[in-house]
Amino acid sequence: MKALAAAAVALALLIALALLAPQWLVFMAMLALAKGVVVLGLVVLMRTGLVSFGQGLYFGIGAYAAALLSHQWHIADAAVMLLAAAAAGGLIAALLGLLLARYRDIFFAMLSLALSMILYGLLVKSAALGSTDGFNLHARTFFGMAFASGMERRVFLIAGSACAVVAALMVHRLLGRHWGRLASAVRDNELRVSYLGASPYRVVYVNYLIAGALAGFGGALAALAVGHVDPETTYWTTSGEFVFIAILGGTQSIIAPFVAAAIFEALRTIASQYAPNVWQMSLGLAMLAIIMFQPAGLWSLAERWRRSA
Amino acid sequence: MNAVLTAEGLKKSFGAVTAAANISLAFDANTVVSLIGANGAGKTTFLNMVTGYLKPDSGRIMFDRRNIVGLSPRQITKLGVSRSFQVPQLFQTLNVRDNLLIAESIAGAKDPQAATDAALARFALEPYGHQQAGLLPEGIRKLLDVAMALSSRSKLLLLDEPTSSVSADEKFAIMDVVMGAARAAGVTVIFVEHDMDIVARFAGRVVAFYDGGIIADGTPDTVLRADSVRRYVIGDEVPHAAA
Ligand SMILES: Nc1ncnc2c1ncn2[C@@H]1O[C@H](COP(=O)(O)OP(=O)(O)OP(=O)(O)O)[C@@H](O)[C@H]1O
Ligand SMILES: [Mg+2]
Repeated sequence: MKALAAAAVALALLIALALLAPQWLVFMAMLALAKGVVVLGLVVLMRTGLVSFGQGLYFGIGAYAAALLSHQWHIADAAVMLLAAAAAGGLIAALLGLLLARYRDIFFAMLSLALSMILYGLLVKSAALGSTDGFNLHARTFFGMAFASGMERRVFLIAGSACAVVAALMVHRLLGRHWGRLASAVRDNELRVSYLGASPYRVVYVNYLIAGALAGFGGALAALAVGHVDPETTYWTTSGEFVFIAILGGTQSIIAPFVAAAIFEALRTIASQYAPNVWQMSLGLAMLAIIMFQPAGLWSLAERWRRSA
Repeated sequence: MNAVLTAEGLKKSFGAVTAAANISLAFDANTVVSLIGANGAGKTTFLNMVTGYLKPDSGRIMFDRRNIVGLSPRQITKLGVSRSFQVPQLFQTLNVRDNLLIAESIAGAKDPQAATDAALARFALEPYGHQQAGLLPEGIRKLLDVAMALSSRSKLLLLDEPTSSVSADEKFAIMDVVMGAARAAGVTVIFVEHDMDIVARFAGRVVAFYDGGIIADGTPDTVLRADSVRRYVIGDEVPHAAA
């Protein structure tokens, strides 16, 4: 009930923002939302104790899936793009997960990174997809409805918000029951999980699949905001950003990824205006501060504040 | 006659070490059997083979009239074989209640919450329900490990040294709780134990391991008095024994 109310409030705020905010803020909100969804998936995966340094793979797959729909097949419907991107991310994750779910710790992290870099290499080499330049996408309708120019992005933000809120609610439900506890159990002690009669492999596999589908969705949403895709979406620095945001927010709440992504995007916008040269360095310092002083993420601050209130 | 578990000609070696040298044993339903033997005698190896963690080099293991050699620990657990470990295997960052809740949920309890309450009560773990498993005293960790193993679908309960690294005055209390719970659940129990007072008190039958083989098998009275057992297992100076 509390979660439902929070979801309704979040959705109302996002819709208000989509309708009233200036274009630049709508753009920023779309990007933050897109990254928040990817990080939500990452948080699901992290419950099992695994960190993927290659979610850019699915972010890129989602972005390119959306762009290809528009570019190759002249499908300019944002709803189709978002759904296709989530499906593409989930499908590839279902395949690669068969392999990855066998690995743990640094091997899992590095293998996921390697897979994303393979896609990066392929995209850079592929002239048909614009190699390093990428190509543009055009989305004009949503479920067949057309909108006045200038309104499209606002509508896409509303649609993205609705999907993100539903996804967050579903993840909240999922982690709040047996599955969430089972994921923590896999993180703590796989031997005991097996000796209780459950399969750690299956838990990791399913959570990896969820993370892949959410990242694919996020990729399409980002592509809709930018109107352009390029191999950068799958580059390791993009994947690193997702891990950064996950740590910034912490993994204990499903709201944290979105708040952290918003803070991240805001900081980046400000930094690129006023201090474009020290942006990377400030990121590094911020990470250092988080890990040293707030290792459970910014969300733990909110928790503490709520408890003392 | 009514054997739950039958091992036939189990062999297992690790390089030059023979951990199981042609072991054949049958365990009747609703009995409590203790496995004794010096360090490295092959007791844990036997449990590891029965639960599918290790595959015997040769031999058969029949559970419920079915050969379970080659099945994984997960599959064997699902058939009804549960085990606790020499070093408790818990979910360290979760509290006691969640540890049990996970166990009951995986076991497919109809009402996992109720089953968890029952398990907490049965194992006298209620006071610890909200404490983190990783921070518990060793005796409680041991109890929790057994409580997690003994779920609603267990038929055979294997306990690897349920009282090791527990202070002497706690051992009997722990075993009382464990055996009471096992009896209430109607499971067959096989427990590995080094403390002969515990063995004498709780086992209906004792099997003594030595160097991967079995040197005695019978009632506690006869086995614990046998010369070979006193020499190789208990470590007594046996008078008049041939060298
Ligand atoms: N996985 C393994 N790899 C190599 N050797 C092993 C392995 N498991 C057991 N052994 C060896 O097999 C022999 C029997 O070991 P096991 O653990 O079964 O003894 P145990 O009777 O349980 O002893 P303890 O009372 O110390 O627990 C020992 O020599 C041990 O070193
Ligand atoms: Mg042992």
